Amino acid sequence: MNALSVKNLCLKFGDWTLEVSIELAAGRCLGIIGPSGAGKSTLLSLIAGFETPYSGDIFIDAQSINDLEPSHRPLTFMFQENNLFNHLTLYENIALGCHPGLKLSQVDQHQIEIALSATELSSIATRKPSDVSGGERQRAALARCLCQKQPLLLLDEPFASLDPRLRSQMHQLVNVLRKQHGLTVLVVSHMPHEVAHIADELLFMQDGKIKEHGDPDQLLENPIHPQLINYLEFTANR
Amino acid sequence: MRVLSGMWSGIAVVVFLLIVIGGSITLTAMTSTSVSLSSALADPYLIGVIRFTIGQAVLSTVISVGLALIVTRALARRSKFPGRRLLISLMGLPVVMPVIVAIFGITAVFGKSGLLNQLLSLFGMEQSFTVYGLTGILLAHTFFNLPLTIRLLLPAWESISRENWRLASMLGMSSRQLFRLLEWPSISDRLPGICLIVFLLCFTSFAVVLTLGGGPAATTIEVAIYQALRYDFELSQAALLAFLQLSLCTVAALGLLKWFRVFAATSGRKVDASDRPDIHSTTGKAIDVFCIGICAIFLLLPIAMIFYSGIRGPIYKVISDPILWLASGRSLIIAILATVISMLLAMGLIKSVRFLREKTKQQKGAELALTIGSMTVAIPPMVIGTGFFLIALRTHTLAHATLIMIALVNAVMVLPYLIRSISPPYIQAGEQYYKLCRHLGLSGLQRFRLIDWPIIRKPTAFAVGLGGALSFGDMGVAALFDTDGQVTLPVMLYHQLGAYQFDEASVTAVFLLLLCVAFFWAINQIIGR
Repeated sequence: MNALSVKNLCLKFGDWTLEVSIELAAGRCLGIIGPSGAGKSTLLSLIAGFETPYSGDIFIDAQSINDLEPSHRPLTFMFQENNLFNHLTLYENIALGCHPGLKLSQVDQHQIEIALSATELSSIATRKPSDVSGGERQRAALARCLCQKQPLLLLDEPFASLDPRLRSQMHQLVNVLRKQHGLTVLVVSHMPHEVAHIADELLFMQDGKIKEHGDPDQLLENPIHPQLINYLEFTANR
Repeated sequence: MRVLSGMWSGIAVVVFLLIVIGGSITLTAMTSTSVSLSSALADPYLIGVIRFTIGQAVLSTVISVGLALIVTRALARRSKFPGRRLLISLMGLPVVMPVIVAIFGITAVFGKSGLLNQLLSLFGMEQSFTVYGLTGILLAHTFFNLPLTIRLLLPAWESISRENWRLASMLGMSSRQLFRLLEWPSISDRLPGICLIVFLLCFTSFAVVLTLGGGPAATTIEVAIYQALRYDFELSQAALLAFLQLSLCTVAALGLLKWFRVFAATSGRKVDASDRPDIHSTTGKAIDVFCIGICAIFLLLPIAMIFYSGIRGPIYKVISDPILWLASGRSLIIAILATVISMLLAMGLIKSVRFLREKTKQQKGAELALTIGSMTVAIPPMVIGTGFFLIALRTHTLAHATLIMIALVNAVMVLPYLIRSISPPYIQAGEQYYKLCRHLGLSGLQRFRLIDWPIIRKPTAFAVGLGGALSFGDMGVAALFDTDGQVTLPVMLYHQLGAYQFDEASVTAVFLLLLCVAFFWAINQIIGR
């Protein structure tokens, strides 16, 4: 059974139109690549419920989520920025994943400890986001996603601002946690070769349309679509 | 329906403001119909009042802003000297200090038996300086507006980047060239707005003109309204003056629309001026020290004199007077009521503003709502006060509803301070965390308690404390409603000064000042921590 099913999803911004259909099996990781303005982040916003589609349907585990509020959708989201509330500690930020009012049960507290341990943040949990490094902030956001215990994880270039070494570490951490928790992952990236390390499938978008979708190695080694060829050349030369 | 549900609080606030302000104006206009506008404008007394009101406001603005430019430049050039931070903090004191208290301090320095005349008498010039009339008004307005202007100008000066200073050094720019090519472009967009706000403050100034004006020759429209209501009981004349005052303020207020936009766009980034090329010359240093020193003496001496006189006054006699405590109680009630009302109004309005920006992307609508709330700064308190006074007279509630009416006028007057202090962090928190909150299901009171309140708590505490202190020390509207047994603490001080009870007044002034500071401090402790 497919964990995520996006059918004929359509959104219009003036002359620009996004038209997408995706099927993704449970536990798989789909990397979404493409130039700026391709519609990658918009697609994730539509799935998360921050944008309302013009037409089309979104199913998670065969249940339509079109009419659900963002907080009621069975998914978690890591944004490009502002993943943490700056005035709360890392622990409190992570705990928000268990209860939005921070009313924590024993089970919740145990869950937070596990997430802190998995992301190696236990020793700095009482610090605020401004007192930790960029990598630690993103690990905290990931820990909160784990606490939300949702089957689908959406990553909208959350590691773009990190240096290549940290970015690679974060991708590895996502991969490990995905396998441990059986998560289905959609990850948007500007770095095709980096995301290919953790993605089971790769999808290339341009101008709001899916131009190519397939195995990462196949897509990167033998691209068919001329726009993908150009894009890969451009990113390789950057 | 969904849009309406998110907008109801803002709509309620706007309707409330329209009723309070519009109702006062309408009532005033209705009462003034018995006097013909053309015949009134031909009245030499009225023409004299208008001319003096505009003249003193223009002069006060030119002096305050002109001096502020000189002192601010000196402060910007000397970004590091012992006590600089304290001096700038103390410059906030005249802004929150009750006007009548400050006037007491100014009189103690520049008055007939003040320090200045004592100093002049040493050189054989017996009582050659008088604080009453236009001189006193200009002096007092400069005392209030010079520090305000410095505090508004300094951030613009300090936002010039370090790279700009280094580039200027490399190019060998002189001090004059620095001002023309770097400093003036940075401050010039703020200057018209600052001039306008100072002009409006001086134009609607009441307590200063009432106490230091010294007679009919130095009467402003605001004071003329008071005199028409309190002494001559000429309701039509008062209403006509209020209408005139409002019309003139509205013209000036239209310019403020631009000012609000300019101030909203400033970043508040502070840059160290140690890379300026013109800070090492001895002449420059001497000029800066002189300017800062004179300014500090001018501002701090009256404040020091308030405390000096108060300590030497009949402390026990004054504080054992039950009238003092009753007046303090009334002022406290006014301050608390005004604080609560203005807080409710501000939160109701900015909640809807954020909703407009987040949900409907109505940037213009949001800006308009903010502007409506902020524009009350341009409406003279005496105009609303006159409307309320007329309502109270017609409904025979003058003796019963006085405190509520004074509090209401003060709440409307301090509303812009609250809106401009709370809305930027509140709206920014909304923009920054909108998606995250929606994703986590944080909404309503839960979102306010966990996310918004911790972010806006400190600016709210400061603005509410400031608004409360201003309401505590307000003398304008309180003087209008000054009926038997209903005096507030500032009005009591005014009566003491009017009765030449200077010793008692000196203690009352310190008492009032300390209570204002205590109120400000208490609010910051309760809300800000």
